[in-house]
Amino acid sequence: MAAEGSNSIDALGQFQLHSALGAVGGSVNFTQSNLMMVVAGLGVMGLLWLGMKPRAMVPGRLQSAAEMGYETIMGMCTETIGGPKSRKYFPFVFTLFFFILFGNLLGVFPLFFTFTSHVMVTLALSLTVFLLVTFVGIKEHGLHWFTYFVPQGIPKALAPLMVTIEIISYLSRIISLSVRLFANMMAGHVMLEVFGSFIVMLGGLGLLGYFPAALSLGVNTMLIGFELLVATLQAYVFAILTCIYLHDAVHLH
Amino acid sequence: MSQDPGGSDPSFEDRLKAARSKQGLDAPPKPPVQDGLGGSAWGIGARVGVELVSALVVAVAIGYGLDRIFHTTPILTAVFVPLGGAAGVMNLWRLFAPKQSDRE
Repeated sequence: MAAEGSNSIDALGQFQLHSALGAVGGSVNFTQSNLMMVVAGLGVMGLLWLGMKPRAMVPGRLQSAAEMGYETIMGMCTETIGGPKSRKYFPFVFTLFFFILFGNLLGVFPLFFTFTSHVMVTLALSLTVFLLVTFVGIKEHGLHWFTYFVPQGIPKALAPLMVTIEIISYLSRIISLSVRLFANMMAGHVMLEVFGSFIVMLGGLGLLGYFPAALSLGVNTMLIGFELLVATLQAYVFAILTCIYLHDAVHLH
Repeated sequence: MSQDPGGSDPSFEDRLKAARSKQGLDAPPKPPVQDGLGGSAWGIGARVGVELVSALVVAVAIGYGLDRIFHTTPILTAVFVPLGGAAGVMNLWRLFAPKQSDRE
C-alpha cells in the first residue's frame, strides 16, 4: 500500500480487489468487497435487531439510533415522494440508505474496504433504482407514463428534439447517481492514502521531516472527520434522490 | 382544566393533522424539497459537474452505439453531442429552476 522506501505514492492500490476467506473464497472469486457487503448487511440487521430488542419506552443509545434511522427515512419518504403510496417504497429506500451508509462508514476503519468506492457497485445500485423507478412509473400510469418525456406546452415542431433531450436527461440519472457516490468515496480515500504516505515518507527523512509529517497527520485526522461527514451525506443524497425520482414516477410532471 | 395530560400546546386538530401528513394520508403542508442535498458551494459545484458530464456521457454513448449499428460513423455522434449538452443544461434547470414552474 503506502510506498515505503520508494519515492512514489501508490494511491490507487488500495482499491485493488483480492479474494477473501482463504481458499474457499478464492475458488468462487469472493473478494474483500463482497465480504464487506456481507458485513454491512449484517451490521444493519444487527443494529436493528439488537437495537429494537429491549423495546424500551425510553430508548437506550442503540434503540435511539435504530428509531432515528427509521423515522428519518420514513419522514424523507412521506415528504419527498408524497401521497398515501409513499409508505410502499419505504423498505426499499431504507435498505438502500443503510446499506450505502454502512458501506461508506466501514471504509473509514483501517484494514476495511469501501465497496462503494468501486463504480461497478454504485452503478449496480443506481441501475436498480433506475429500473425500479421506470417500473413503478409504468405500473402506476401504464402507457401514459411515456408522456413524461414530452414537456407540456411546447410547439409540435420541437417535440422530437425535446423528447430526445428528455430521454438523454432521464438516462443520465444512472450515470450521475452512481458517479456522485463513487467519486466522493474514492476521492476521500485517495486523499487519505496520499497524506498517509506523506507521514511515512517525511517521517523517514529525519529531524527535518518531523514537523511536516506531524502536519500531514493533522490533515489526515481532519480528513477522517470529513470522510465521516461525506459518508453520511452521500448515503443521504443517494436516498433522497431515489425518493425524488420515485416522486416523479408516481406523480407524472 | 381543559389542558391535555401531555400539557402540549398544539390543539388536538393540529396534532391530528400533523400525524396524518406524517403518515402520508394528507398531502404534506409544503411542496417537497427539490434540493435537500447539502447547500455548500463545493456540493453545488460537484453536482453541476456531475449532471453536465453524465448527460454528455449518455449522449455520446447513444450516438456512438447508433453509429456502430448504422455504419455512419461520425454523423450521429456529432448529432448527439449537442443534444447531450442540452440535456445537461436541462438537468441543471431542473435543479435550480424556480420551484413552482418545475413541477405540479
